[in-house]
Amino acid sequence: MLKLLSPANREVLFMGNEAIARGALEAGVNVASGYPGTPSSEIIESLATVGKERNLYVEWSTNEKVALEVAAAASFAGLRSLCAMKQNGVNVASDFLLHLASSGTRGGIVLVTCEDPGALSSVNEGDSRYFARMLEIPLLEPANFQEAKDLTRWAFELSEEIRNIVVLRSVTRMSHASGNVICGKLPVKFRKAHFVYDGSIMDPLRGHVISTPVVAKHSLQQGKLKRATVLFENSPFNDYSGPKKPELLLITSSACFLYSREAIDMLNLQKRTGILKMDCTWPLPPKLLKKHLNSTDKIMIVEEVLPFLEENLKTLAAGMGKEIGIKTFYGKMDGTLPSVGELNPDVVAAALAKIMKVKHKSLPAAYTKELQKAAALIPARELTFCPGCPHRASFWNIHNAIALDGREGFVCGDIGCYAMGALFPATGYHTTPTLHSMGSGTGLASGFAKLAAFGFDKPILTVCGDSTFYHAVIPALINAQHNRADITFIVLDNSGTAMTGFQPHPGLTVSAMGELVPSVDIAGICKAIGANVAISDPFDLDGTCKILNSFVADKGSLNVLIMRQICALSPEKKGKKIFDVKVNEALCLGESCGCNRLCTRIFRCPALIWDRSKKKAVVDEVICAGCGVCYSICPQKAIIRTEAEKK
Amino acid sequence: MKVRLSKDSMNVIITGVGGQGNVLASRVLAGMLVNAGYYVTIGETFGMSQRGGSVMSHVRISQKAIRSPQMPLGSADIIIALEPVEALRVLIKYGNPDVAVLSNSRVVYPIGVITGELNYPSLTEIQNVLQKTTAKNWLLDATEDAVKLGNPVLSNIIMIGALSATDLLPIDRRSFEKEIAKNMTADKLRINMLAFDAGAKLI
Repeated sequence: MLKLLSPANREVLFMGNEAIARGALEAGVNVASGYPGTPSSEIIESLATVGKERNLYVEWSTNEKVALEVAAAASFAGLRSLCAMKQNGVNVASDFLLHLASSGTRGGIVLVTCEDPGALSSVNEGDSRYFARMLEIPLLEPANFQEAKDLTRWAFELSEEIRNIVVLRSVTRMSHASGNVICGKLPVKFRKAHFVYDGSIMDPLRGHVISTPVVAKHSLQQGKLKRATVLFENSPFNDYSGPKKPELLLITSSACFLYSREAIDMLNLQKRTGILKMDCTWPLPPKLLKKHLNSTDKIMIVEEVLPFLEENLKTLAAGMGKEIGIKTFYGKMDGTLPSVGELNPDVVAAALAKIMKVKHKSLPAAYTKELQKAAALIPARELTFCPGCPHRASFWNIHNAIALDGREGFVCGDIGCYAMGALFPATGYHTTPTLHSMGSGTGLASGFAKLAAFGFDKPILTVCGDSTFYHAVIPALINAQHNRADITFIVLDNSGTAMTGFQPHPGLTVSAMGELVPSVDIAGICKAIGANVAISDPFDLDGTCKILNSFVADKGSLNVLIMRQICALSPEKKGKKIFDVKVNEALCLGESCGCNRLCTRIFRCPALIWDRSKKKAVVDEVICAGCGVCYSICPQKAIIRTEAEKK
Repeated sequence: MKVRLSKDSMNVIITGVGGQGNVLASRVLAGMLVNAGYYVTIGETFGMSQRGGSVMSHVRISQKAIRSPQMPLGSADIIIALEPVEALRVLIKYGNPDVAVLSNSRVVYPIGVITGELNYPSLTEIQNVLQKTTAKNWLLDATEDAVKLGNPVLSNIIMIGALSATDLLPIDRRSFEKEIAKNMTADKLRINMLAFDAGAKLI
């Protein structure tokens, strides 16, 4: 039996994202949608595995905005729905979210945003909690794995109680961490969809679901938020532990609660400090906070990433000044805690130790000295493309085409593993000076290409992955064609949403729930836009280079090259070598070759290493994925490839 | 097999290079301990960080409560490394005089070493560091045994087998089999049991 469907009262180890999925199942969720993004992807993935058993419709949508629209339709029809995304997905969905928050909802609907303090797998560390305040909707933040489940379940009830969408926010250290969870009951009855729109315009359950008349609906929306505040005042999810009159009160949310508790333990401050764990972080319940602010004069706010809780708390405290007196606040705004990056128990403990004037026990000095000596021996391990990764070959081709053209062309980068094309030292050939949000490579390229009139005459290239193409690139590509932006657009098509774990996308014939669905052809779309379209295998360096050279040289048209090769980590390819590869030592001239170690210094495949005693290249067969591309780059033809036996 | 933890909580770090099966190893170990009635907290990252970079899972085992998914510096009780320089990388942050280290001896060179810009320490240098900074240590060629079994990625399970034989944690062959049998075909189960046994023999 699947762990996600464990019977009530069973204690299991759930990843935070699985706990959120289980909470949604216990709430009787009917529809779940999302777009993959670390650290959120496992919520939709795990719900998809139980879709049939739980009478649930699950989809990977083309982007987060569409995903939220799909989930909202279910809510309008009285069903319960969940929509999951990473932090920057909320930006994408935000236009619809604003209008949804104004129109109100019917069946319980929860937007789950999983955020990435410290940007462990992101190119930003955005804090989307501010959307809850700006758009006037309630915000919940679970502080452990059990709560990730229980709070999700309650979020659906809250949404139905106030008839508006509720945001549940998680972070990497919650979503991708795991812990014990005791399961609750799964419902036995499933809802039926009914969409009713025959009532008055202000009737939340029978009227048209629209945001007009705007001012009247806005007032209705603010009433819902007030109702949420009342519920938050007595919610068991906000919880205090510690002495009655703590010298210092820590107010904290999410994973920072676990860091704070650990920090107090590290310094043995259990009798002097207390923790108010706030799961309901917008709007803050004023009566509850007044009670706790009255218990002490010193307060430290521990949160990630921006001082959201701190700002809101200070605003409340200012309004209560007469009743609670003047307090000292420690947090991000006064520099007690760092204003960027993720926190951890040591960072919180250091701040606590300073405020409480205590010392943390440290390791023996002689031992620390030994560790410092060892540190000098450790080489950095930078991120790079995997052995057999098509992107290493793709960027090799792109770099060579730009170099041959000689006009200092460059690539506008985009979001996916291929973002590493912009990172040093992932490869020894750098092509990509810009990297922003999904689809913006093509928009930027479209803009750069129009700068020729200002004396900027360089070939402009841009890349995107297959999933990114559907997500946000199409409008920018149409823009390039319509406005005659002369760019070479390259799709790095590796047959799936690879970085987040091979979720299907519209280019494939399978849905999130494993059903057969029509695929939408990238080449067909590009042709319909009016582009010249070619397809190549990036492992075929000669063939790909010929096309790229002609595209980069061409003026006056939009050129699209689809480089198609499956990701080396994909389940269908992993562990299957196309070639057995080795270096013929007799042919490798080593340092006297004249190539200046092109293979190991520039190409940088983790499997192609340099034997320092023999001064020759050598293939590590344990790591080699057998793509055979290095065979094509060796000027001496010293790298031998033979077709691998099919396993 | 040990029946109790020697302290509360026990802090284990499993480390390696992206793609070596770090996440699976931490899940299997944690699953065994949850079955034995402990609170287990795992902290890990995946996604971009897995692409050729260093990866690390924190596994915290307690009789009392869930812990922070990131453990404090200097507080590791056991470090299991699928790659030797990664053992040192974790050791210099989380090590203390009582730590036990089990490390695979098979090297995966970082890009900076391949290009010639950085140096990789010799196994003797690594061994010397371990001798000076750990209470117990084992440097094992798990990859060699894994290749013999037909798949280098089995070195993660071989290291779990080795860990069980050290008696540092309340885990054994039966608890391993019970945990992995949940999600595996008979064929895969057999090869994983062979890997576990091969690991136990290395201690």
